[in-house]
Amino acid sequence: FICPDVRAGKSSSKRQANKDKYSVLLPTYNERENLPLIVWLLVKYFGESGYDYEIIVIDDGSPDGTLQVAQQLQGIYGAHRVLLRPREKKLGLGTAYIHGIKHATGNFIIIMDADLSHHPKFIPEFIQKQKEGGFDVVSGTRYSGNGGVYGWDLRRKLISRGANFLTQVLLRPGASDLTGSFRLYKKEVLEQLVDRCVSKGYVFQMEMIVRARQLGYSIGEVPISFVDRVYGESKLGGNEIVSFLKGLLTLFATT
Amino acid sequence: MTKLLEWLLGVSVVVTAWGLLTFDLLDLKVPQVYREVVWPMPVYLLVVFGCYSIATVGYRVATFNDCEEAAQELQAQIKEAKLDLKKKGLKF
Repeated sequence: FICPDVRAGKSSSKRQANKDKYSVLLPTYNERENLPLIVWLLVKYFGESGYDYEIIVIDDGSPDGTLQVAQQLQGIYGAHRVLLRPREKKLGLGTAYIHGIKHATGNFIIIMDADLSHHPKFIPEFIQKQKEGGFDVVSGTRYSGNGGVYGWDLRRKLISRGANFLTQVLLRPGASDLTGSFRLYKKEVLEQLVDRCVSKGYVFQMEMIVRARQLGYSIGEVPISFVDRVYGESKLGGNEIVSFLKGLLTLFATT
Repeated sequence: MTKLLEWLLGVSVVVTAWGLLTFDLLDLKVPQVYREVVWPMPVYLLVVFGCYSIATVGYRVATFNDCEEAAQELQAQIKEAKLDLKKKGLKF
């Protein structure tokens, strides 16, 4: 008897699509001013899109009261939307992701910066792209399509493009923006990758993409705009450039 | 194979081919014309690659999108967010 099976199949696949839940990991350190704003934007765009979501705030013992603001936000939006999983002190991004994944109830994880350089309006585009191509990873890119940056001077742009060119030549990674940290991952994919990555900082984000390629995961891209409001305070100095080069050469020699 | 090994392999193949042709190591009796062309090739290729790199990076820097509207939109939304959050009881 075919009809009931077909109907059952249709409604269960619809339920399957609606079962997707997106966990946004927000590692924070001294983001007392930006946290309410980024949460407001996330709630706005997720609300408009209709996707199920949760926001996991991973505060590393910020001395400026970020956690107190996060608690207020939890009160406003509900503990099912804003989850607090703080840590005692600054422990690094890789461990923040591991910590966040442990508490995430979604089947997709979105990682982004909490300082408003990444705009939540792109998240529905990430989700759409992931659904279209069944991608394991969707990466926001500042370098291709109509992606771009606001707030960088010529020096910063030159360093950025130069570093990216070097990375493309040496690693041929199949993704245009390797140091970006605005990405959507399938939860199990992120778990596998964080497990295998050993670097820190910019290079950590690069290593994630390189290892994803190694493991045969598919990577989609969405152009994003990156609004840098802190560049004036934290110039890209010689130390960072040197550690980037060391990290790049390590990846070159080991992957 | 790591990227480093790929490069070493590629460079070895190219250098071997260059060496064989330039110094006629296999006694192929390659015509002088070919040897004169092949001999400076490595330097030529490096120079070409150097120019390509500079041109590419230069082009990409020049065409790097400046997201003016994104920054303005963000400013406007920040104001909107602050008002809304105050209404909802957030104490900044």
